[in-house]
Amino acid sequence: MIEQQRETEIFNRLKKVDDPELPSVSIYDLGMVHEVTIDDNAHVAVTLIPTFAGCPALDIIERDVKNAIEEIEWVKSCDVTFSFDEKWSTDDITEEGKQQLKKHGVSPPPENYQPGEEWSVDCPYCGSPYTSMENVFGPTACRSILYCRSCRNPFEAMKPVVSYTAS
Amino acid sequence: MSLVETAEQAKQDAAYKEALVEVLYQLADDDFIISYRGSEWLGLAPHIEEDVAFSSITQNTMGHAMLFYQLLEELGEGDADALAHERISNERRNGTYFEIKNGSGTYLEEPQYDWALAVVRNYLYEAFKKVKLEEALKSSYAPLRNTADKVLMEQPYHLGHWKTWITQLQDSSQEAKERIQSRLDEAWKQIGDAFELGPKADDILAKEILSSSETLKQRWLDSVKETLTYVPNGDLASELGNGRAKEHTDQLDQALATLSEVYNSDREAVW
Repeated sequence: MIEQQRETEIFNRLKKVDDPELPSVSIYDLGMVHEVTIDDNAHVAVTLIPTFAGCPALDIIERDVKNAIEEIEWVKSCDVTFSFDEKWSTDDITEEGKQQLKKHGVSPPPENYQPGEEWSVDCPYCGSPYTSMENVFGPTACRSILYCRSCRNPFEAMKPVVSYTAS
Repeated sequence: MSLVETAEQAKQDAAYKEALVEVLYQLADDDFIISYRGSEWLGLAPHIEEDVAFSSITQNTMGHAMLFYQLLEELGEGDADALAHERISNERRNGTYFEIKNGSGTYLEEPQYDWALAVVRNYLYEAFKKVKLEEALKSSYAPLRNTADKVLMEQPYHLGHWKTWITQLQDSSQEAKERIQSRLDEAWKQIGDAFELGPKADDILAKEILSSSETLKQRWLDSVKETLTYVPNGDLASELGNGRAKEHTDQLDQALATLSEVYNSDREAVW
């Protein structure tokens, strides 16, 4: 039972570690946490799944997770590793993550997206579908830049990234 | 050939490992040099949105190079950063067409770069990368399959970008059309070695690490012919040498000297 409590405590902490490039959106809600193990010596190992391969924020995320977990009283030490064998997809973002993204002015990726399909994006501020893509590439690899023609706000959207099936 | 699951397992068969590292160096060095040449366009692209897009693609492609260098590190080839920065040109396996300069001048002095070359080269490269990675999905080396799958999730955005450019320019003004055609003629004379598998080609095929050079070439030709309205006559040639056999132009030396200048100023620094 105590083990379960400890695990819950770790996950609660991970829900508070924000992506450095998306303040207010946690790495947990982005779907980056793959595995947490706690051994008998209170050593914690966290395995994360990176989003885009070229993401420069990985070192910062690693440091932030390590610091957050090691602040917990009973934790002796924490190791953070990134697994490139597991594939992150935008389908891994949680409902909470999607809500937080919108608050940050970033539309969440479309659901049930199939590779190669066109996708439509609703404005994160007013919900209008009357938007236009200004640049598929945005300030980070995972985001695009759009414009809402209803409320006249520029905004961003997460690019859909889903597992690839060779055609 | 059964699936080789880990680096440890691959290392137990010397011939397998030697063939495998050749393929990984090709993938890593191609992504590395094309993203270096892409980075030299920063601030010089035709308009600001293109600058954002091109630098985003370049940064992500450098991330792909890093994934392949990490696979090499796991196989005992050395530290990934060192593999990227410290190897001299005759240790590199990138295709020679991907290393040539963007145009005359240098980034700091009179960069008279040619956008037609950027569009043609990057489009041909991304189409080639897609084919090669799709073949790598069938590789006997499981970590290579996984990495190919990861990269292929992101790469459609890169290919789509350059496909849009070439489709529009080849259907644009007479000048645009001619400049694209002349860069395509040049590419046909220089891109041939990219399809080679290098000195370990026989083992690469026998051990099912990757598909044949002919398969790569044919699939690439089929794919670019769907987009290009002008396809040069004649076979692909390798006028600049065979990069897969570590032959390169002095333009690669120039690139390596520039890109590793900061790294070499203090190799122990943590950036």
